Amino acid sequence: MAGIRSLRIGLWIVVAVVALAAGGGALFLRQGPADGFGKGTYSLVDQNGKAVDQALFAGHPSALFFGFTHCPEVCPTTMAEMSGWFEALGEDGKDLRAYFVSIDPERDTPDILGDYVSWVSDRITGVTGTPEEIDKIAKAWGVYYKRVPLEGGDYTMDHTASVFLLDAAGEFQGTIAYREDQATALGKLRNLLGKS
Amino acid sequence: MIRTLRAALAAAILIVTPAFAHNGVTHLGAINISLPFTRATLPNAPVGGGFLTIENEGPEADRLISASSPASDVVQIHEMAMEGDVMKMRQLADGLELPAGETVVLAPGGYHLMFMGLKRAFVEGETVPVTLVFEKAGTVELALPVLDAAADEAPAGEHAH
Repeated sequence: MAGIRSLRIGLWIVVAVVALAAGGGALFLRQGPADGFGKGTYSLVDQNGKAVDQALFAGHPSALFFGFTHCPEVCPTTMAEMSGWFEALGEDGKDLRAYFVSIDPERDTPDILGDYVSWVSDRITGVTGTPEEIDKIAKAWGVYYKRVPLEGGDYTMDHTASVFLLDAAGEFQGTIAYREDQATALGKLRNLLGKS
Repeated sequence: MIRTLRAALAAAILIVTPAFAHNGVTHLGAINISLPFTRATLPNAPVGGGFLTIENEGPEADRLISASSPASDVVQIHEMAMEGDVMKMRQLADGLELPAGETVVLAPGGYHLMFMGLKRAFVEGETVPVTLVFEKAGTVELALPVLDAAADEAPAGEHAH
């Protein structure tokens, strides 16, 4: 009697484990980039005032960074490093495009952004837009950003500092961390260019 | 005579703690400042960072309470920190604590002077003047050499001692 009961309990445990595994597996599959990391719809403007949307990243491999021009360190440093990547890749990197998306659109007009990024390469594009639309693209990429008030009514921004790497289909392929050494970054970029 | 005396008194009041530089180190009372630098700014960048090493040789704590520069509208004292992949910034409204006998480094990725509202771009090879006010040691003016846009540290060979 007790034996049958424990067998029943045991069977139920087996059922529960199988169900959990199946559910977990489904969940795991659903979290892959295939299910839309980086996917969203938004209407933004580039540095020339031209309307751009999610199709911006199709047709060439891209390096995508979210920042702002009132940024003391992370953004100018990343731009300087990006400039170094373009230089080091030379002809091998001719298909690569870079994007600087402002998470401070109230201050970063297309003109201001255009000048700011022009120094990096002729293959980088500054992107801005309304706060609502910027929020959509930031959410698509899981980018955190937050306004931090300063004395004198000014403010600065906390924000995600990684560079996202996208293949020619606009699919997410990985990140370059802030201040990652150049050799590692170039390895990732060459890998991306090889795939695209 | 009285006028000369007045001028001399005024000068004496102005220079409470004379600062002097020696081997790239600026001495101000118990405070030694070395390895100052800033970075070339990108076109249109409205802000810049200032970096330096501050040694407090004295027996009591001091504090960097404010900074100013003719190169920008304001200079604030900030702290930056990476939390995971997120860059976070905060203003040190009460200034930067300089414990007795310790060295505090303002460097990329951490504490820094934040020049806000730049009058013009910082150009590599030039210098940016900045005035620092310490609670106890007083006031000192420094020139920050402008290095490249991603420089991490001032050229070696100049260390506080």
